[in-house]
Amino acid sequence: MPTFVMTEKCDGCKGQDKTACMYICPNDLIVLDKEKMKAHNRAPDECWECLCCVKICPQQAMDLRGYADFVPMGASCVPLRGSQDIMWTVKFRNGDIKRFKFPTRTTEEGMAAPDGGYGAGTDDIADVVHLYTEPASLGVAVSTPK
Amino acid sequence: MPNFETVEVTTDFLIVGGGMAACGAAVEAAHWAKKHGLQVTLVDKAAMDRSGAVAMGLSAINLYVGLRDNENTVMQYVEYVRNDLMGVARDDLVYNVARHVDSTVHLFEKWGLPIWPKGDDDPFRIGPYQRGGRWQAMINGESYKVIVAEAAKNALGVDNIYERVFIVDPIVENNRFVGCVGFSTREEKFYVFRAKVALCAMGGCVGVFRPRSSGEGLGRSWYPPFSTGSSAYFTIKAGAEMTCQEVRFIPVRFKDAYGPVGAWFLLFKSTATNAFGEVYMQTNAGELDNWGKYGKVKPIPANLRNYLGMMDVSAGKGPLYMQTADAIKRLAAKYEGDEKAFKKKMKHLHDEAWEDFLDMTISQALLWAACNIHPEQQESEIAAAEPYFIGSHSGASGAWISGPDDVAPPEYFWGYANLTTVDGLFAAGDASGASSHKFSSGSHAEGRIAAKAACKYLVDKNPDLPALDPAVVEALKAKVLAPLDRFVEFKDFTTAPEVNPNYILPKQYKHRIQKLMDEYAGGWGANFTTSKMLLEKGMWYLQMLKEDSEKLAARDLNELMRCWENIHRTWVAESHIRTVLFREETRWPGYYFRADFPKMDDSWEVFVNCKYDPNSGEWEVFKRDIIKL
Repeated sequence: MPTFVMTEKCDGCKGQDKTACMYICPNDLIVLDKEKMKAHNRAPDECWECLCCVKICPQQAMDLRGYADFVPMGASCVPLRGSQDIMWTVKFRNGDIKRFKFPTRTTEEGMAAPDGGYGAGTDDIADVVHLYTEPASLGVAVSTPK
Repeated sequence: MPNFETVEVTTDFLIVGGGMAACGAAVEAAHWAKKHGLQVTLVDKAAMDRSGAVAMGLSAINLYVGLRDNENTVMQYVEYVRNDLMGVARDDLVYNVARHVDSTVHLFEKWGLPIWPKGDDDPFRIGPYQRGGRWQAMINGESYKVIVAEAAKNALGVDNIYERVFIVDPIVENNRFVGCVGFSTREEKFYVFRAKVALCAMGGCVGVFRPRSSGEGLGRSWYPPFSTGSSAYFTIKAGAEMTCQEVRFIPVRFKDAYGPVGAWFLLFKSTATNAFGEVYMQTNAGELDNWGKYGKVKPIPANLRNYLGMMDVSAGKGPLYMQTADAIKRLAAKYEGDEKAFKKKMKHLHDEAWEDFLDMTISQALLWAACNIHPEQQESEIAAAEPYFIGSHSGASGAWISGPDDVAPPEYFWGYANLTTVDGLFAAGDASGASSHKFSSGSHAEGRIAAKAACKYLVDKNPDLPALDPAVVEALKAKVLAPLDRFVEFKDFTTAPEVNPNYILPKQYKHRIQKLMDEYAGGWGANFTTSKMLLEKGMWYLQMLKEDSEKLAARDLNELMRCWENIHRTWVAESHIRTVLFREETRWPGYYFRADFPKMDDSWEVFVNCKYDPNSGEWEVFKRDIIKL
């Protein structure tokens, strides 16, 4: 369906300020049925399988079923995303299982300082060579044609 | 007309889009705005954390020049890009991105993006990062966009960001940008943005051509299905000159799920073969002689690499394969005799191979698992995908923009870097043309360049906030919301909403454009081949499709967005047909082939530009000289 919502697990994010999957989907595919308080993917054939919805779901109520027109059945690919890393469980059609853990960021969430600590640089709007934070963020003089 | 509230937002500098270029612009503009008392506002059709082409993540930064450690020079990159595009590139624009991009990558690292430190086995011995190829830096990039968006949001402040507002049309008066209109995809609100200047950064275009998939997999495009030509539509409709609208991109990727091949080719040194095990880059190498000096450059241009593979497919020697197992064996061979080192290396390669997919094309990991494919044990199919419009990658389509003050020749300079030919309207990322191979990092850097130029424009000129004629706004509101009205007016005529002679739903409209472009403009179904006769016939059908766009109907806000996305695609399609028709040669045979002009012609080593006149409704297609640095 590409991504799908498990009926039992989805609570419509009733305790949250917004429905997480609906908030994040870059293609605006997830809708919440407010009577049932269950979300669903309204257009499986427009789904990119980016899994942004699966990764953000606080109930782990979402999963991926490969595109029906070319993916054989029986495999799965499940992420568990934390604040610093992501774990994947890949299950093969024949039952083989692979597990991976990859880092996702080296800093605390929310703390990205726009200037990266490099400061304002030459800080002159009339300077058409340097951008904000340059040359410090470049680490070398900005190239100009000979 | 539905009873939508009209919300007017006024600002000095409006950033339209939320992807890499827009996030770069936000960081840069926020600084200059604070210093000079300007207001900056960003509007995005999605949520910035996962908006744009990097939404899923990436496994590499494809452009890091390595200036600090003398790994490469800016001019080496300029020459590489020009050669890859068969001579058609704006050196001044590529130069400008390349001289700033490392600065952006260093910021990414500070913000928290894990960039791999240089390993012992890196063939490029200097520099801080593990290279995937000469220009690539390897990353753990699942959260790449989340991190970049975080810095942008911290810079701009959430009060200055409008998410889930889809921008439909620009408003231009006497070739001066004055504003734009759109609607909320969440609530019944029509938005009018009035701004002194704007940056167009709404990405490339997917879904103009018929995809290879036929069912659910229609969404599994290589570039994301939510990049729908909004940038090109916005600048074309504003009356801006466009460039390279004929230079589409055809990615050759792992078949069906479109998993990335870059790491396999560059990092794992894998070969691609036909079904008989022949390396088509070697067996078809003689064909390169037919493509002039570009057949002799190293690396061989992407489109020529595509073409040599396509030749074998046409000759019935398919499928094509990435020889993953051989590549892993060769890499591991170095450790023979040292069992412990061998195991360690194999595990490392194995994890790298899977992370490459899990970071940026999860579908491919699932497809391998579903087919019981272990890449170290067996080869995997690759294929040429459908065409895409993506000026930041190995295509080149986009707006014709001013070059940088200190680099551009006078012919390419009109006051401010990245300014389009419409006063006050800037473009960056996939929205600006003839500066290919920017990728994610270069798009971010270009967004910064454009944002500083836009702020400088505001400080230099201190223009008044343009007035908007209320009658113009009301007319646009009626036009934008018309598909909702149309559905309500006619829905009861039939018993099923999908089939109704009074309207067309966006999904059916999309199928129609994709079929005609595939068959007449050289899609995969036509073996990427077209001709004057086919293009003219395609244009004939396209004009009827354009007329029928006024019969699009929407049942809800989501379908209203789909209606307008498809209209945006239609204009990209029209600019493509017009420019492919105008260029009477074949220059990028692995992107498209003009059967009636099958050879490259040196007299066509020029830009093909086009311009739509919003007043007369007429198109103009013409040549511009290529001026090298």
